[in-house]
Order: sequence, then structure tokens, then C-alpha cells
Amino acid sequence: MIESYLPQASTFAGDIDWLFSMVFWIVGAWFLVCSGVFFWLVFKFRVPNGSQATAEYITGEEKSQKRWVTIPHLLVLFCDVFIIYGAVKVWYDVKQYLPPPDQEIQIIAQQWAWTFVHPGADQKFDTADDIHTVNELRLQEDAVYHYHLSSNDVMHDFSVPVFRLKQDAIPGRVITGWFTPTESGEFDIQCAEICGIGHGLMPARLVVEDAAAHTAWLAERSPVKLAAVTSPVVEN
Amino acid sequence: MAESIPTQPSDPHADDHHHEEQSFVSKYLLSTDHKVIGMQYMFTGMAMALIGGFMAYAFRMQLAFPGVEVPLWGVVTPANYTALVTNHGAIMIFWVAMPVLIAAFGNYLIPLMVGCDDMVFPKINRLSYQIFLLSAIVLISSYFVDGGGFGGAWTTYPPLSAKAEYNLTPMGASIFIGAVGLEFVAFLLGGINFITTAMNARAPGMKLYDIPMVIWMIVIASILFMVSVGPLLAGAIMLLFDQQLGTAFYDPNRGGDPVLWQHLFWFFGHPEVYVVLLPAIGITAEIITVFSRKKLFAYRTVLNTAIGTGVLSFCVWAHHQFISGIDPRMAHVFTLTTLLISIPIAEMMFVYIATLYGGAIRLATPMLWALAFIFEFLIGGVTGIFLGASGADIYLHDTYFVLAHFHYTFFPIAIIGTFAGVTYWFPKMFGKMMSDRLGKIHFWGTIIPFNFIFIPLFFLGAGGQHRRIYDFQNFPALAGEGMQDLRILATTSLLVMLGFQLVFFYNFITSLMKGKAAGKNPWKANTLEWTAESPPPHGNWKELPTVYRGPYEYSVPGREKDYWPQDEPN
Repeated sequence: MIESYLPQASTFAGDIDWLFSMVFWIVGAWFLVCSGVFFWLVFKFRVPNGSQATAEYITGEEKSQKRWVTIPHLLVLFCDVFIIYGAVKVWYDVKQYLPPPDQEIQIIAQQWAWTFVHPGADQKFDTADDIHTVNELRLQEDAVYHYHLSSNDVMHDFSVPVFRLKQDAIPGRVITGWFTPTESGEFDIQCAEICGIGHGLMPARLVVEDAAAHTAWLAERSPVKLAAVTSPVVEN
Repeated sequence: MAESIPTQPSDPHADDHHHEEQSFVSKYLLSTDHKVIGMQYMFTGMAMALIGGFMAYAFRMQLAFPGVEVPLWGVVTPANYTALVTNHGAIMIFWVAMPVLIAAFGNYLIPLMVGCDDMVFPKINRLSYQIFLLSAIVLISSYFVDGGGFGGAWTTYPPLSAKAEYNLTPMGASIFIGAVGLEFVAFLLGGINFITTAMNARAPGMKLYDIPMVIWMIVIASILFMVSVGPLLAGAIMLLFDQQLGTAFYDPNRGGDPVLWQHLFWFFGHPEVYVVLLPAIGITAEIITVFSRKKLFAYRTVLNTAIGTGVLSFCVWAHHQFISGIDPRMAHVFTLTTLLISIPIAEMMFVYIATLYGGAIRLATPMLWALAFIFEFLIGGVTGIFLGASGADIYLHDTYFVLAHFHYTFFPIAIIGTFAGVTYWFPKMFGKMMSDRLGKIHFWGTIIPFNFIFIPLFFLGAGGQHRRIYDFQNFPALAGEGMQDLRILATTSLLVMLGFQLVFFYNFITSLMKGKAAGKNPWKANTLEWTAESPPPHGNWKELPTVYRGPYEYSVPGREKDYWPQDEPN
């Protein structure tokens, strides 16, 4: 259903879409049955205004009558079990379980920009070869990423609709999560938590590329290499 | 305010019974009569609904036609936009749904439906309205101070709401918190009255299971409100201190925790949904029984499900925080409790649908509204399941899907429920009948556009459109023509719906002036308010009624009439 609007560009996008579709069919069926019965009753038992027609006297307190609500009621409970199972399973895979990473990135939100930090060749953050980008995130296709999300000022939310991923950024905390991009292309990153008057002006671009292109980009953007070109002394 | 101390403790409103010489001011502005206070709440709520509706008009115009000069507002700047959505939400919940559904109907109906002459604390009741009116004025004043109205969403998450350097509204944010705080005080005072009156001032013979459902619902709603509001009021005071005194309850750089606010807010915020839902459910129960001439199906079950919903509503708050950085394991617990709430609510819907079976259904205007409530709320209910399922919420959180979902709950509650109640009790309130023809035009002119506003928003949300964004043209995936067409459809439908409200006001005013006289009991209903004059005089009855049976004895076999008023001995 959602996939008809947006590509599924992460490993778990399909799972979330599956859960959405499952809930859709279950509650859709309930909605159709309930509203069908509802309209049928209204049309069957309607009488003109001012009519002398009388109604039946039904208390609804007897067992034979109560059945009409207790049986549907048990069926609702039965459906809830499936939905809860699906929700818990998908949630566990996306938010609770953390697969071992191939790459790590830092995401720093602020009013009103995104900063993305790649650790560079040494795979360590806060070193001279870190690569900083603003409002553009470049990722390698099919690599498992761990993100470390933080905020410099207020609440933000890192949301990538094509990944089906969303996570609030909270000042004072670093929140770690994961995703694996599966489709190359250019996509939207949005801020999903109101963060002041610039909230609507906080888009970023996501570029997913294959391993070769990404390695080339990393090498080209490496500040160590840039520094080496401009100055013979590299400070570490 | 000195008057709020009773001068004659033995009979706090003995003086109220000598009212023939009252001036306009003391009769309508300083009245302690529950009916006048109920109307004050209703008209204030309606006026605030117009303001909240106007705000929706202004920001929907910006979304459909970005950058357009909106008639009566002008160009909507980003600061305007955030302030408009913030205040639209706060007004519609705190200054429309609550005053109309709980305070207006609660005040008007409780003494009349339980058979007493007034609220047990009439002066506290008057104080409650006065504080409420003050809170509304304070809120609106925030638009005229330096920096303008607060624009950090009605949820006021810190640090955005806590620091002027982040929200850019140094005064507006504090005035907003102050107004909400005052409003809570007003409803605490009102709640004391509603619960005490309904429980202690019942007519002789009225047992607990003889109380009309709408009164039970208002009582349960008041209990939910009073139990849940304490933590938030404390939280709001801490937030005010953070804003004005530089404390750091929510500042992570100085030992505070911004997520604490979210817990306090939603611990109140989720029961709040049921605080306004239950009275609307109660109004629906009164109307569908009268207009289908049926006994309410399984009265005790309805009552039990309402209590069950109320208790469960305290255990679900963190589903608003699935992706806010709480321990991911907590999501499982809150998914479970959230989906469990579908059980009492579904049961309630089934009971209402079952009540229609075997009825003699008359589709008068109040009945149309009551039936629309059931149908539209059903959509609101089932779409909530998507959001309660934590895994799906990762994607849907903070999108227009959420927005469409809660408008499908709040609109039936606050607007459909109110119109149902107003069209049903109008003959009692004013002694005149409303035009049924105009009522039906207004009904269809509201219901059809309502669906055309919010169904497109479900699609936009499923397509990944986030809330509270001022202009979607900055997001290539959302700027396409198909998406924009849906936004234009929603905005156009809103304009149509707002236009049709003129029919309601025209009907209201012309019916007041030259409507057909209603008589005591135009709908042939059983409950006690229909045994009083229309409109009921101060004191309601010359002689207070005695109750002999439950409120829903319609079409009892072997009786000549198809209704059996609660106060008729046999």
C-alpha cells in the first residue's frame, strides 16, 4: 500500500509496509462489516417522522441477546493478537535489535540544518579525517549503518520516508539505531518533530550510491587528502 | 469573588430563589443558575470554535496555495503558520471540546437529568466559568504581545517551548502555558460540581443504574480529568519556571530532562481524549434511544466499558512517544495496552449498533448527528489501530495519517457530538423547535465536506507527508502535483464546510425568534429534563420529581404510550 507512494529503500521498509497492509485488511474488514450492519439496520428499521410504528423491547441483558456483542467482541480480541504479534515483531527488528555495523555515521540536528559525519578512513569519529556534510547524506547501498543521532538545541526527528525510519533527536542524548539502504537514488530526509519557525525549512537530501561510487566520494571528500594537497604538514 | 463564600451555610443558595428583580448583569453574567452557566460555556465554546476554525482556514489556505495572500489574514509567514497550528489545536481541545461537551452539557443537564434544582456548589460553578472566560481572554491576548502567539505545537515540548531563544516568542509561550493552567483550574472546579451533584443530589428513587448514560459519562470524564491533570499542572509550572526564572527542569545541559515533559503531558493528554469522548458517547446514547424508541442495549455493559476505557486510558500514554527515544522495550507494553483499549471501545460501538435493531428509527436532525457520530468515530477508531501498532507507527508517527486519525476522533466528538446535543436539547434550552429542514441541510453540508477534508489527508500521510510543515515545496517527494491536488481538495472542502455553518447560525437565530413552541416534551423522551417547562425556570421544577424507573423504558410491551417517563408512578 505504502509502496505505491514511496519506494522501499531499506531492508525493513518491506516489513513495515507488510504490517501496515495487514492492519489495513483486518481493520478494513471490521469497518466494512460494522458499517454494513449499521446502515442495514438504519434502513431496515427506519420509519417516517410522526409514524406510530412501535419498536421491540430488548434489554440486551439476557445471555441470548448479549451474544450479539460478546461474540464480535471476542473476534476483536482474536484480531488484536495478530496485530500485536506483527507490531512487536517489526518493532523488535527495527528499533530494538541492532545488527553488527559495516559503517557508522553521526547525525547532528540543529535549528535548522542537518550535519552528517562520516568517520573517514580510520573508522573513528572526532579525528582529522572525519567527513562533514550539511543537509546531504551520502550512503552506500547494502551496507549496514549504525547512526548516532543527537541534537544541539531542541527536539528534532530524523525521518527518512523511503526507509520507513523515524527517530527523535533529543538534546543531551545520543541515540543509536540502524538501517541498511537497499536502493540507490536520491530521496528526501525530513524533520518530523516541530523545532521552531524553521521546521518546514529543514529538508535534507539522501543520496544512496553503490560501493564503488561511495568509496570514490569518500576518498574525494577526505579532509586529510584535501589538507595534504593544500599543506605539506598534516596535523593529527 | 468575595461572594463565593456562602453567607448562609445551612442553605447555600437560598438567596437564589428570590430572583424576580434581577438585572441583566446579575441574571446573565453573574448568575449562579446552572442553566445560564451552561449556556455561557456553550456560547463561549462556540465563539472559540469560530476562532479555531478561522485559524484552520488560514493555515489550510497556505498549504493549498503556498504564499497566497489569505483573505482576512494576509500572507502566512512561517511564524504565523506555527502559531496558527499550535493555537488551533489548543483552542479546539481546551476551549471548544471541553467547555461545550463537559461544561455546557454537564452544567445544563446534570441537575435537570438527576432531578434537582441546581448544582450543589453554585458559586463555585460561577467561579469556574469566570476563570474559564479569563483563560480564553489570556490565550487570545498572546497574539498581541511582543513576538506573537506561541508556535511550538499544542504539545509544547521543551526545550523548544522552554527557551525564548528557540521559540522566538518570549511572552507568547508563557501566556500559552498560563492560559492552559487557568483552564485546568476552571475544569477542576467544574468537575467537583459535576461529580458531587450527580452522585449526591439525585431525585428520590433514582438508583445508580437509573442515571441517564450521558450523566454517567460526564461523571466518569470528570474523574478522568481530575485524576490525570495533576501531574501536567505540576509539569506546566516547572515549564513556566524554566521559561521565566531560568530553572532547568527540562534543560539537558543543566541536569534536566526534556522527555520528562512528554511523559507528564501524555499521562494527561491521552485520558483527555476520553474526557471529551465519553460525554459525546453519552449524548449519542440519549439520542439513539429516543429516536429509535428503543431501550439502550445492555446499559450496564455500556457503563462498564466506559469505566474500563477510563482505567485503560491511564496505561497507554507512551504510544505518543514510541519514537521519542524511550527504551525500545517499553513500546511492546504500550502497544499491548493501546490495542486492548480497542476492546471496550469496540464493545461500545457494537452495543450502539445493536440498540438500533428492532427500533422504529426516525431520522430527525439530532438522530442524523448521533448516527454520524457512530459512523465517523468508527473510522477514527479503526485508523487508531495502525498507530497503536508500534511497528507501523515508526513510519506513520507525526505524519498526516496521525492528523487525519485524530480529526476523525475529535471532529465527531467536538463538532458532531455538539451539534447532536444542541439540536436535541435546543427545544428544552429555548422552548422553541429548530427547523428540521435547515438542520438537515446543515448536517449534510457539514458531514460530506468533513470527509473530503480528512480522507485526502490519510493518503498524504501514507505518502510520507509530515505534520506542521509550512510549505511542502521544499521536499521534492512531496511537491508533486498529485500531492498538491489532495491538499487543494482538503482546503476547498474546508471552505465549503465553514460556509455551511452559516446555515446553522441562521437556523439557530430564526428558530430562537420564531420557532414553533416546543412544549415540555417534543421528542417524547423519558428522562427528567423533559418533565420541566421549556425553558426550565430558575429552580427547574416547582416540585422536585421522584424517579420510579430507568431512563430507557421505550416501547415497553403492554403500555399504551411507547415511552415511560422516569417520574411517572406507573
